[in-house]
Amino acid sequence: MMGVIGRFISSNWLAVYAVAYMLFLYAPVILLPLFAFNDATIIAFPLSGYTTKWFDLLWTTEALHGAVRNSAFVALSTALISTLLGACAARSAANHHFPGQKGVMGFIMLPLVLPEIIVAVALLVMLMQLGMSLSLWTVIAGHVLICTPFSIAILSSAFAGMESSLEEASFDLGETRWGTFRRVTLPLIMPGVISSLLITFTISLDEFIISFFLTGTDVTLPVYIWSQLRFPSKLPSVMALGTILLVVSVALLFVAEIFRRRAARRQGAGPGSTQGLV
Amino acid sequence: MPSLSQDSKQGLTLLSPTLIYALVMLAAPLAMVVMFSFWTQNYLDLDRTFTIANYREAWTQPIFQVLMWRSLKISVIVTVTTVVLAFPIAYYLSFHVKSRKALWLFLITVPFWTSYLLRVFLWKVILGYNGVFNSALLNLGIIDEPLTFILYNANAVVLTLAHAWAPFAILPIFVALEKIDRSLLEAAEDLGDGPVRRFFRITLPLAMPGVVASTLIVLIPTVGDYITPKLVGGTDGLMVANMIQIQFGKANNAPLGAALAVSSMVVVAAISVSIYFAGKKFGGKVK
Repeated sequence: MMGVIGRFISSNWLAVYAVAYMLFLYAPVILLPLFAFNDATIIAFPLSGYTTKWFDLLWTTEALHGAVRNSAFVALSTALISTLLGACAARSAANHHFPGQKGVMGFIMLPLVLPEIIVAVALLVMLMQLGMSLSLWTVIAGHVLICTPFSIAILSSAFAGMESSLEEASFDLGETRWGTFRRVTLPLIMPGVISSLLITFTISLDEFIISFFLTGTDVTLPVYIWSQLRFPSKLPSVMALGTILLVVSVALLFVAEIFRRRAARRQGAGPGSTQGLV
Repeated sequence: MPSLSQDSKQGLTLLSPTLIYALVMLAAPLAMVVMFSFWTQNYLDLDRTFTIANYREAWTQPIFQVLMWRSLKISVIVTVTTVVLAFPIAYYLSFHVKSRKALWLFLITVPFWTSYLLRVFLWKVILGYNGVFNSALLNLGIIDEPLTFILYNANAVVLTLAHAWAPFAILPIFVALEKIDRSLLEAAEDLGDGPVRRFFRITLPLAMPGVVASTLIVLIPTVGDYITPKLVGGTDGLMVANMIQIQFGKANNAPLGAALAVSSMVVVAAISVSIYFAGKKFGGKVK
């Protein structure tokens, strides 16, 4: 037994395992485009033939267009608000110390580990008690709550890597607070800000449980998809929609990754650094 | 607050928008859920007299006991599976991959960013009666008829969740492994430890904080998962979150739903705290 473990951790078997693991991770993702271009109404193998009709169908579905508009609005608002809140918290955590800081920051980061259903139920209960009606804004409120911790994590490393002497130099040279922020601080943390905007946008675009609980008559894209999953005849076009979403998400993440690396390099870390991501 | 330094005041002022948001949107709603759980639903009205009837129901009714027990069991199996599968990957990345670590990490996180809903649905496609897995095995002649024990039960829930939470398990372990001072490993080797002894006496104890972090990051949210049991779990795979949703929706009994939510959070919190302290006790130092 010990010998087997020894061989496992010290040889090429780890590389084989890593490749097999990646196949497991990518298995569902690879199927999505396969069925999106498949000329059959049933989602099963064998594949029948190539078609783009499921994509054509998407252009003529009015309900979907409404959901896309709603999701874009929600995701954009969420990205802006949570990055702003994240920047305040990250700056405070990086440059200042006050009693109880750890506890307070821990509380703000709590949504990261809290089950989404708890967040959703809690917000729903409060809105019911206050007699507020559900709308896209209630969804945004929930999304900002779960996205802010991600934004803080990304921006914390951006602020932590920034030399405070640069800001002090700017003050010494007569810049105002605002001038220093605009001309020194912001350019230095810009890659982190863009990375945070993109990641929070992507999270919000994908989020289902909170949207499902807090959405009113205007549905977001994942809620729309959920309603379609019940109808077998709608499935191929859902696959097509999923493929488009996949491409958009990966493109956004790719851009975010480039900015994150640029930020890491600007702060003198190597390009292979994982700073900010983990 | 006159006793606070200038620096502390600035820090608090800067943090205040985020903190106020979290207080209003997280602390207040959570407090309200707790309050709700002590009230009673009378059709459309709420009876605001204090009662523990909801908790009595949540803890004694067989259906809730079954769901709670099953949720915990599934979450624990998912967590152990995910962390055990993730450890070798994190180890490989940290100790064997030399120049392309960031690329590997990026590739590991990409599937996680695609629609959760669709990923779960696609597992249904993979595991179904006429699914990818069964047709592949049939074509290869390994089985004569499709396997039915892989969909609409707890197995499917475990597999799908282990997939969904993989990056969350890998990253904390990877970070902990990266922090290990490599000279300690050389020292162990010089003092005559083989690779296996070295692994169990140096690497694993030092990686323990990462293992504990990934265990908690996977365990806590999976107890509250709602989509996976609903899509691939069948009736045997339904979990407590589905019951919470039913109470807030169709059953129109929000107070009971709130009591279930609070109960499950208390149980999960208790388990998490014990895991945290167990991890502190058994890891973190070189023996």
